[in-house]
Amino acid sequence: MIGFISYLVFFSTVAAILAIAVLGLNLQWGNTGLFNGGIVASFGAGAYGTLILGGTPQDGHLGGFELFYPLALAGGMAFAGGLAWVVGRLTLRLRHDYLAIATFGVAVAFENVMRNATGVTGGAQGIRGFERPLQNLLGSGFSYNLVFLVAVLAFLALVYVFLERLTVSPFGRLLRAIREDETAARSLGKSPDRVRLAAFVTGSVIIGLAGGLYGTFYAFVSPQDVLPILTFQIWAMLIVGGAGNNRGAMAGAFLIWGAWTFSGWALSRFAPVEAQLYTGSIQFVLIGMVIVGMLLWRPQGLFPERLVVSQPGVDTGNKQRD
Amino acid sequence: MWFLGRVWGRAPGQSMGEPILKLKGVSRSFGDFVAVDRVSLNIRSGSITGLIGPNGAGKSTLFNVIAGDLAPSAGRVVFDEQDISGFASERRFAAGLGRTFQIPRPFKRMSVLENVMLAPLDQDGEGLLAAVLGRARIRAQEAAIRKRALEVLDFVTLHPLADQPAGKISGGQMKLLELARVLMGDPKLILLDEPAAGVNPALTEVLIGKIEELNRDGKTFLIIEHDMDFVMRHCDPVIALAEGCVIFEGTAAEAQSNPVLLDVYLGAPVDA
Repeated sequence: MIGFISYLVFFSTVAAILAIAVLGLNLQWGNTGLFNGGIVASFGAGAYGTLILGGTPQDGHLGGFELFYPLALAGGMAFAGGLAWVVGRLTLRLRHDYLAIATFGVAVAFENVMRNATGVTGGAQGIRGFERPLQNLLGSGFSYNLVFLVAVLAFLALVYVFLERLTVSPFGRLLRAIREDETAARSLGKSPDRVRLAAFVTGSVIIGLAGGLYGTFYAFVSPQDVLPILTFQIWAMLIVGGAGNNRGAMAGAFLIWGAWTFSGWALSRFAPVEAQLYTGSIQFVLIGMVIVGMLLWRPQGLFPERLVVSQPGVDTGNKQRD
Repeated sequence: MWFLGRVWGRAPGQSMGEPILKLKGVSRSFGDFVAVDRVSLNIRSGSITGLIGPNGAGKSTLFNVIAGDLAPSAGRVVFDEQDISGFASERRFAAGLGRTFQIPRPFKRMSVLENVMLAPLDQDGEGLLAAVLGRARIRAQEAAIRKRALEVLDFVTLHPLADQPAGKISGGQMKLLELARVLMGDPKLILLDEPAAGVNPALTEVLIGKIEELNRDGKTFLIIEHDMDFVMRHCDPVIALAEGCVIFEGTAAEAQSNPVLLDVYLGAPVDA
């Protein structure tokens, strides 16, 4: 029983961290229509940034600045935001699939840099020697994980409230307008470039926060954590949950992470021995099928975007007469 | 062209106001093809000017040059005593130039009301930080914008549809919605691209009524329209383009008896 609860805490922590990343993507894609194919670059920037800034000195790679943890985490987010700003300035003129290709390329380049810039990032060995905050107070057992889960959920709630406020604000309205029709928005005096960049950077900072928390949770990050599959997982979460709906985005994160974990367990348990070697690949196929299936049969997701009226609760003075 | 800079057929001392929009030798080419060839004309303040011409005459190109979607290859666009030739389209709305689209461009997955509330310029809440931090100030501004948006929707008869997704209303209603959005910016000159095309006659009448009402309140209109009947009944003056050049400018009555114009139209029938 304790084992199960302990596992549930572990599962929920990872799912909640991913939910933060999905919320970041929802700002970019769900609200603004920016096809970010390079989520892992922001995620990795947050993780690497946090661990390098907050870790203890190590031979063989950069780091050991031993910054106060909140500063390290903020630094990781700033790193993700800075990278997104540069990438955004270069690529946001691209639209749709072209933007996806460009950002995907950036993410692959990011992974390769992390893998090969050994002196900075520890190469394939990753970043070691990070001590999780408050660890000497709480130990490293169940109680630590529980407190960490609570902290992650608090971050998730904070990001959710922030984004909900943004969604109903005139800024959110502007994002949706640019998503729907940039030419029309331009004709009404709006400047899409500035707004697209703001949404891209903000979303990436949020994804960077998720990455920082992820790195903190494992006290380790390596190039294996920034493989393209993570981008696809996060996309699947948003598509299943419902692009444009923050609650849907969070629900999608828990659902897909649950399905992913369960399928891994089920495959290792029930797949024939000769297929065991390929369970990872089978999972990749499954996640691809989930994305395609959703797009074909329920493109709006499980929780479709709600039509936002900028001040909910105020009567427009009429009932629908149709 | 031999009539460069000359304005055709205008009766001197028209009752209209001063020119609000002046095109000075405006050209636009695509590669070797000259779509608009050194067009010079004035749009008088307070007029409902109709822009006609057969297919391929350069109307849409000229329209897009005025709206800022295309840069002129040569010449100047002067609006309200200001040279706006180099202005991007988003700056032209702020300068007082509103436009609608031939094929309507509503923000489909937004409510009709949201579509209209988007339009006002200089909304404090359009900044990211202000949107999250300055909520009290924005709330007051939003309430004012909302009130005005509902008034404008009421004016264009779309008030009952305020909460509908804009992608779900009819094509004619979308044209009214575009007009409503533009009105939120209180422009001096409104460019309408084929307002009657694909709209049922009842809604066309509504639209015409609104245009004339706005015109009485001092708004200037420049309308591209294929429907000759529409142009002859509601536009004055009428400007005709053919092969990128102005071939006629005058009243609707003059247009109907102008031999050059008749020739162009008889030679290349208009598909209304």
